Amino acid sequence: MNDSATTTSDERLAELVEALIIAFGPKGCRIEQGLGEATLVVPREHLVDVATELRDGEAFGFEQLIDLCGVDYSAYGQAEWETSRASSTGFGRGVERDAELDLTGSERFAVVYHLLSVGRNLRLRLRAHVDTEQPMIDSVVSVWPVADWFEREAFDLFGILFDGHPDLRRILTDYGFVGHPFRKDFPLSGHVEMRYDPELARVVYEPVKIEPRTLVPRVIRKAGRHQNVESN
Amino acid sequence: MPEIRNYTLNFGPQHPSAHGVLRLVLEMDGEVIERSDPHIGLLHRGTEKLAETKPYNQSIPYMDRLDYVSMMQNEHAYVRAVEKLLGIEAPIRAQYIRTMFDEITRILNHMMWLGTHALDIGAMTVFLYCFREREDLMDCYEAVSGARMHAAYYRVGGVYRDLPDEMPRFKPSNLQRDKAELDRLNENRQGSLLDFLEDFTNRFPGLVDEYETLLTDNRIWKQRTVGIGVVSPERAKALGFSGPMLRGSGVAWDLRKKQPYAAYDKVDFDIPVGQNGDCYDRYLVRIEEIRQSNRIIRQCVDWLRDNPGPVIIEDHKIAPPKRAAMKSDMEGLIHHFKLFSEGYCTPPGEVYSAVEASKGEFGVYIISDGANKPYRLKLRAPGFPHLMAMDEMAKGHMLADVVALIGTMDIVFGEIDR
Repeated sequence: MNDSATTTSDERLAELVEALIIAFGPKGCRIEQGLGEATLVVPREHLVDVATELRDGEAFGFEQLIDLCGVDYSAYGQAEWETSRASSTGFGRGVERDAELDLTGSERFAVVYHLLSVGRNLRLRLRAHVDTEQPMIDSVVSVWPVADWFEREAFDLFGILFDGHPDLRRILTDYGFVGHPFRKDFPLSGHVEMRYDPELARVVYEPVKIEPRTLVPRVIRKAGRHQNVESN
Repeated sequence: MPEIRNYTLNFGPQHPSAHGVLRLVLEMDGEVIERSDPHIGLLHRGTEKLAETKPYNQSIPYMDRLDYVSMMQNEHAYVRAVEKLLGIEAPIRAQYIRTMFDEITRILNHMMWLGTHALDIGAMTVFLYCFREREDLMDCYEAVSGARMHAAYYRVGGVYRDLPDEMPRFKPSNLQRDKAELDRLNENRQGSLLDFLEDFTNRFPGLVDEYETLLTDNRIWKQRTVGIGVVSPERAKALGFSGPMLRGSGVAWDLRKKQPYAAYDKVDFDIPVGQNGDCYDRYLVRIEEIRQSNRIIRQCVDWLRDNPGPVIIEDHKIAPPKRAAMKSDMEGLIHHFKLFSEGYCTPPGEVYSAVEASKGEFGVYIISDGANKPYRLKLRAPGFPHLMAMDEMAKGHMLADVVALIGTMDIVFGEIDR
């Protein structure tokens, strides 16, 4: 086998990051590192080139696409309870449920790819941001055939379109479903509910009667505030 | 003479060998499959979206319900991801307990797989044998967590509680009054859970031999599995296979060895690898995995006997305080209240953690924005790419082979539809 048996995962990751900077830095790619993982942020116009190079390149060899998913960043960093002022003013009981979503920001949607190199025992995450107005990105089915269903899923749940996908149909939601349920502006309870109507002798769809409610408000607190001094 | 043409056949979603709710639309040329189009999502519950609206701890029970025959492994991937985000690590005893229960789960899963797979292609007896052994292991689940299947036993920072000193015993009932019979049933339940497991690991290899005598050299079994659904190693990698599906094709890849987690780097076991990449090889791989799991359980039992210690971290911002402390100590009460009402916040960041689940790589990807709930949770289910390969694997095979293929993929819809 190759050097993967003798080096630690941190060393291999550091080597990988160096190789990535050399290979993809000129293409406008950026590297984020944290928690022992590396993320390569790829401009969407270079996605297929970068993916092909990552699969075939000598230094990479990412022959497996482990996972592909969509992300909707429009509610990122929003809390339902204001906590930083609370000690001087006290908590309000009300939960601000309808936080304002940033639905038009240029970086609303992203597609995240998780790659695995079996030969070199390495993992890498790719992230490509998608245009908000027209969420479209090139399909990587030609690079990794496994992307087929994953892209269908991202299309189904987020409405991201994959250019060049052979068969972009919905996959997880019901036949005839309207909307993209994992977007942050889609309510948890959905828009329609279904029941059997004995008079019509068929199943009917009606607007949901469930009141949306929040059991535990979403709060954001400063990380590690209770932990040791170094983080403060 | 009538014109011969292709026709479309609908298979499922309510079919006993569809292993849940799989609907297959098959394009047939006579009895030969031309194209198959799996329709999934009939069990889609939106677990990932639900998790976005809940504090981290409240999503653990949802993980049990994904792949509902390998429950604790799913929990393991999830709690590991959260632990990685928080930058904490479970105590060593908890790591061994997790390793042991991951392997118990693997046996549970493979027993279920073996029984149903064999049942689907015509061997009835194996099913009954497998479920007999599953019963013992589910009793272990029950002994530690109170639930036979959906345990929610792994917690962020460790496991819910230490292993019990006493194994629950059978009691007289309307159906079972005979004292001698009860004594026989309770014979191996006189000691602790570890004693019970030790007894299990002693007799289990013999039982696996029993299954093998029924199948491994069985003519009908071989006719139904040898040469069916052959996948080359290169193709298996391109199609995103993992776990026994990848190893059956001859790729020696196992996260327990290659990217060890919990106590897997401290126990001794082998990775079986297939040669031909057909259903029969995948069967042999899984049978050998059962034996290896048994070995791992045995090593964990021995270690856990000799090494008492804490099973969950002491940081009460993350793990709840002891019940007694909660009742008597003001600080304990506050910790308990905050933990179970609001939960804990994780630092912003993203993390992917994967475990070698029974079916393959089960991964959890969490994006956190610093809140007490995940911003986005993505579950990578091993069965999802496997089922996607159905079209490619079934092409040119007969209709009856579709059932063998569904069996060999070890399909469970809880994880595929999420």
